[in-house]
Amino acid sequence: MLDKFGIAKRIAREVQDGMYVNLGIGIPTLVANYIPEGMNVVLQSENGLLGIGPFPFEEDVDADLINAGKQTVTMVAGSSLFSSAESFAMIRGGHVHLTILGAMEVSENGDIANWKIPGKMVKGMGGAMDLVASADNIIVAMQHCSKDGKSKLLKQCSLPITGIKCVKKIVSDMAVLDVIPGVGFKLLERAPGISVQEIINATEGTLIVEGEIPEMSI
Amino acid sequence: MINKVVAGPDVAIADIFDGATLMLGGFGLSGIPENLIEALLKKGTKDLTCISNNAGVDDFGIGLLLKTRQVKKMISSYVGENAEFERQLLSGELEVDLIPQGTLAERVRAGGAGIPAFFTPAGYGTEIAEGKEAREFDGKMYLLESWLRADFSFVKAWKGDTSGNLIFKGTARNFNPMMAAAGKITIAEVEELVEVGELDPNQIHTPGIYVQRIFQGKDYEKRIEQRTVRKA
Repeated sequence: MLDKFGIAKRIAREVQDGMYVNLGIGIPTLVANYIPEGMNVVLQSENGLLGIGPFPFEEDVDADLINAGKQTVTMVAGSSLFSSAESFAMIRGGHVHLTILGAMEVSENGDIANWKIPGKMVKGMGGAMDLVASADNIIVAMQHCSKDGKSKLLKQCSLPITGIKCVKKIVSDMAVLDVIPGVGFKLLERAPGISVQEIINATEGTLIVEGEIPEMSI
Repeated sequence: MINKVVAGPDVAIADIFDGATLMLGGFGLSGIPENLIEALLKKGTKDLTCISNNAGVDDFGIGLLLKTRQVKKMISSYVGENAEFERQLLSGELEVDLIPQGTLAERVRAGGAGIPAFFTPAGYGTEIAEGKEAREFDGKMYLLESWLRADFSFVKAWKGDTSGNLIFKGTARNFNPMMAAAGKITIAEVEELVEVGELDPNQIHTPGIYVQRIFQGKDYEKRIEQRTVRKA
């Protein structure tokens, strides 16, 4: 089973040189720490920054420089700043190559639910609906099952959805899977120490298992 | 050049009225019009419809106006950081319209640019699509969304000149430029107010045509929501 750092490390291997990437809040933010040195990747923050750098040293903290999670950040050399309208124009316009975000549920046709739990306080969708409706390539970081053992990889989402038919790949604490519309979840890799049978048991939606499934290397 | 300088925030908002629709710039607590919010609090204007990406925190930003019950309705994308907000929402005292962040930004932009409606993919197939026209373009589905405009827009910039030209700093720009254009009366508060000619025209983010009143704010707190640092 992977912890959140393991999931972030595995997702980092999907990032390629030359990509502009939007990282969601939580585990996706951690992915930045595992992008190999020397790889040229530009991180986008939807509140108006291309080129997010590391957290600032105490003396460099600037209230006018935050990421979408409202954390203080720095800028790398070559950064640019812009308005929220410009930011979402580059997202909707397909200029951001990869979006990595968290999910509460994903369905076998690629629907994602990550913004609302009925009966609980609704905080809002922020930029999630724009991101999932726009990006060509969406990778989800998530737990395979809830705390009480219920699968979060479903035939159909039970929670209100954020977007339809959009998730391309899932990296969970148990597995790496492709989402193939009209087919289901295709198992690609197992987390260390996890068997194919355990993944089958933990996946409610249609799961495709073809041939030998390798253990992931992270 | 037209001089748009007013003495301060109290004079700037003297004609704001109960029930007004108000846009407030800012993302989280970054780039919010601190002085104008303070003045509105003092003036006690009520039944406001506030269009702002977020709703502040309990004791800062729009959160202050919620505490005094001056806000009737919030139009926002994310409102998670505020316990008083949650209480008023659950008790039905406050109306809330949650909008995807990019749709919110574009609706405000459209309002300022004179575009009454546009199609966007955000939210298609979700509950926010209910009641909205959907249309297919090149094989993909989009929702029809309409413009947003306001009686007053409160924006905050880093520097401004007496004719209303504005320059923002860092990620404090966010919603401010679009809101400046979408307000019937736009009031800009700036950290540094200079004479015309002192700002490089090549560097202006918001041209003064969008700004009706401007003043130099004071005592900026610029509170940070998530102070994250790395060890030296």
